[in-house]
Amino acid sequence: MAIRTKPDHQRYTFEGFGSAKYPNLMLRGAGDLNNWPLAVYESKHEGYAGMRKALQMEPGAVIEDVKTSGIRGRGGAGFPAGLKWSFMPKDTAERKFTRYLVINADEGEPGTFKDRAILEYNPHQLIEGCIIAAYAMQANTCYVYIRGEFLWLIEKLEAAIEEAKAKGYLGKDILGSGFDLEILVHRGAGAYICGEETALLNSLEGRRGEPRVKPPFPAAKGVFGAPTTINNVETIAAVAPILRMGGAEYAKLGTPKNTGTRVFCLSGHIKRPGLYELPLGVPLDFILNDLAGGSSTGKKIKAVIPGGASAPVFSEKEFSTPMDFDAVRNAGSMAGSGGVIVLDEDTCMVQACLRLIRFYAHESCGQCTPCREGCNWMEMILHRIEHGQGRTEDLDLLASMTPNIAGKTLCALGDAACGPMDSILQKFRHEFVHHIEHKTCMVSGHRLLAHVGAH
Amino acid sequence: MNHPQPPETSDKPLATGERLPKTELKDFGPEAVKEILAIAAKYPDKLAATLPALHIAQRDFGFVGLDAMKAVAKALSIPEGHVFGVASFYSMYQKHPVGRHHIQVCTNISCALRGAAKLLEKVSERTGVEPGAGPSADGEWSVEEVECLASCGSGPCLQVNHDIYDEDVDEAKLESILEGCKRGEYRAWAK
Ligand SMILES: Cc1cc2nc3c(=O)[nH]c(=O)nc-3n(C[C@H](O)[C@H](O)[C@H](O)COP(=O)(O)O)c2cc1C
Ligand code: SF4
Ligand code: FES
Repeated sequence: MAIRTKPDHQRYTFEGFGSAKYPNLMLRGAGDLNNWPLAVYESKHEGYAGMRKALQMEPGAVIEDVKTSGIRGRGGAGFPAGLKWSFMPKDTAERKFTRYLVINADEGEPGTFKDRAILEYNPHQLIEGCIIAAYAMQANTCYVYIRGEFLWLIEKLEAAIEEAKAKGYLGKDILGSGFDLEILVHRGAGAYICGEETALLNSLEGRRGEPRVKPPFPAAKGVFGAPTTINNVETIAAVAPILRMGGAEYAKLGTPKNTGTRVFCLSGHIKRPGLYELPLGVPLDFILNDLAGGSSTGKKIKAVIPGGASAPVFSEKEFSTPMDFDAVRNAGSMAGSGGVIVLDEDTCMVQACLRLIRFYAHESCGQCTPCREGCNWMEMILHRIEHGQGRTEDLDLLASMTPNIAGKTLCALGDAACGPMDSILQKFRHEFVHHIEHKTCMVSGHRLLAHVGAH
Repeated sequence: MNHPQPPETSDKPLATGERLPKTELKDFGPEAVKEILAIAAKYPDKLAATLPALHIAQRDFGFVGLDAMKAVAKALSIPEGHVFGVASFYSMYQKHPVGRHHIQVCTNISCALRGAAKLLEKVSERTGVEPGAGPSADGEWSVEEVECLASCGSGPCLQVNHDIYDEDVDEAKLESILEGCKRGEYRAWAK
């Protein structure tokens, strides 16, 4: 096993980060490779204080505190975490349940690279969150499902788990509370769809990562047939500061229905890409221009994908949207996983669209026809437009496909493909028209695709 | 249809009736079987050890061919058909041999905006192998195009033998990576 010594290239901070206005709850010590051990977490970052507090409380009171905090899931759908936890069945006199907590560390959404930073620099914050969440739901086993490429992070998390075990924070009768917990790490094997919660459960059970039909929802029938709660790494790691500071205090951050901070991942044509932990509701253009320095190429920013590759694209008039779940949805997109991808004026939107759709066509699990066939056809049609062989009727054809995919599939991957497709086609239609009429890109400052040599 | 077809992705699925290359090893050694059974014992159902066992198979066999899949089925006493289905679903299980240095380049959107297409072509040119085309004649290199590796802010990025990522890879950085490979600075494949 090798603990990382090679420095990483991410940027984790900005001016004012760590002040009362921009509190640092999720990225403490990020960038410092010696930050991960338990001793550092406890001495420098108030580590395991939240866990100690939680173990003194009734499990139901812990759930209440998380509900009070108002935290919404950071994995994609933005579902309130406390509410999700309260769906887990309680033991009755006749029936005792085996319950599971599953952590989603698949991090496959293009444009998202935040869970990785938590695993790298604060694995103990995740472990602390797991203990609190598992205690609240009275689950005695927690699986952390980590994407297979994060091999070094798996090794690091296992080392951190060993440290926590040695301290008595995991295992039997944690700190005399009578509560037992074991955390097991499960390595994925390269499939974006395994980030979808029920596909993840199948993968954890040793099957193909194919999403399940819902209902039954995981809280009724999850992994190994038992009640299960699935949460994203960032959601669970945030539970540690929530318990430490109290749900009411946490709820003061952000905006009323969108509380707390979240880690935005900035990538693409932006001067200072990296992770920005910000209270929810900060306007997008402030993040782009004031915090991240604007475009990296000197060209104007033409489009922004605000919530990971599955989110519909914003064009200039939406750049002032406050970055929280509701405001981004009202502006026609979704806050998703917090991945903000910036595209400058010189980017050909047909190529960008083709690149996105190719991803969905490749990652579709193939279970339902609209997604399997639809994504492949969209890719082929976009491919021919990009190659200068598009036909005028192709645009209507593309527009007619999405209503037959979105909302008609088993999981949200179908919708995830349609969001970008529809929004790009609507907002940048003239670029598609130019492609069809002139058989070449309208702008071609960046080549986004390998092996595409038509022009 | 007379329009150009999109290129196959480099981890192309198995074609109908395609035969997988043979491996030297035909079955797990006793140590590996013990290791797999110990993993299986951690789960309520031994089927859950399918993915970990396939990772071990890749480590021991070099790639996950038919014999490796059969060995997994045998070690766990689970149906072979189940193991084939799982192994062919996941892209990290290589169904064909790879080079001693298997280079996976992310070409997804964020990396693409920062020059991943050029990087992939450069990697291909410098190693002399096409993405997805199997190892170079000396067995040293293979190249694969992969989807987002979660390193988007510091792209373009690549991963050698599932070791820690190399980020912000430009031409000079690529040269030092290839040199590093030759000096043995990366994890051995699948180990
Ligand atoms: C195709 C697809 C991929 C997803 N990938 C991820 C992922 O990589 N990580 C993640 O945390 N959630 C992912 N999700 C969302 C999960 O299904 C689920 O909503 C989330 O893990 C719940 O955690 P939260 O409530 O803490 O957000 C994905 C969803 C879909 C439909
Ligand atoms: S929508 Fe696509 S990925 Fe989701 S279950 Fe259907 S085929 Fe699979
Ligand atoms: S797009 Fe390349 S790492 Fe995410």
